Amino acid sequence: MAKQIYYEDVEVGSEVTALKKIATTRMLVQYAGASGDFNPLHYEEDFAKNLGVGKPIVHGLLKRAWLVNLMTDWIGQDGKLKKLSCRYRGMDYPRKMKGFDEPHDGETWWCKGKVTKKFIDNESHLVECEIWVENSKGEKNTTGGAVAVLPSRAK
Amino acid sequence: MAAFVVTDGLKQLIGQKEPAIVFKVEEGAIQRYASAVGDSNPMHNDVEYASQSRWGRVMAPPGFTGWPMAAGFDIFKLFEKLAKAGAPMGLLDGGIEYDFLVPVGAGDVLVAEIKIANIEGRETKMGPTMVTTLESTYTNQRGAVVLVARNTFLNF
Repeated sequence: MAKQIYYEDVEVGSEVTALKKIATTRMLVQYAGASGDFNPLHYEEDFAKNLGVGKPIVHGLLKRAWLVNLMTDWIGQDGKLKKLSCRYRGMDYPRKMKGFDEPHDGETWWCKGKVTKKFIDNESHLVECEIWVENSKGEKNTTGGAVAVLPSRAK
Repeated sequence: MAAFVVTDGLKQLIGQKEPAIVFKVEEGAIQRYASAVGDSNPMHNDVEYASQSRWGRVMAPPGFTGWPMAAGFDIFKLFEKLAKAGAPMGLLDGGIEYDFLVPVGAGDVLVAEIKIANIEGRETKMGPTMVTTLESTYTNQRGAVVLVARNTFLNF
């Protein structure tokens, strides 16, 4: 794990340490099982076609979980995530599988973020961030925000 | 194109509460979730590490709780109810908003209270779209509200 970040280490404009992700059809099945979301939209071609999204899409909730992961990795064990929100603005498609555990080439996403505000409230050291998931074309199909408490060196 | 017009039948569903659901947060479920979303934080995966932490047990990643189906809620029944009241058949997840209040960990027993907080008509790139906000509040075995989640669904 990365070393602990402190409130004093960040400024408005500081970047949240980017996190790289891929999605495969196998991962979507795994996510369906782990989350209890068995919407056929994420694994059945015809169903997805009929809904007008072309082919099975990555769960919005999986992209949301990536953004949670982005924030919790960055704020470390002593940070605390207070709020997170995101909106799904476009479709993302998983890689297909070449072997049992080997994906084909395909899309890679980067989860990124930037500090938009830092402030102290009721002795809590808070940072507000804008966060997003970006594809290889630079499109931000999932965008959102987060608020977290960071530990302070002052204490 | 125009905004979706919310029918009276749909308006009547606003504020309606679903029966509360009680469920236990299981260690294995946390581990499977963390693994599925690619979160390698040992607080979620490593029982030994977690038991020696200040929490003393495996803790759930934020967002492990908050999606109604993860609490065992049959969301498709709710979608059917909306469809009967006039919701368009196309359905996509629009987004989510969380307030994380108290960390959730293995062994917690949570009560999920889910209600339709709002239904409104909008115009989106899919055409006339109905936007439904589902609000879920989770309370733990000590009576503390641990999480509030607002899910947005798009019917078009």
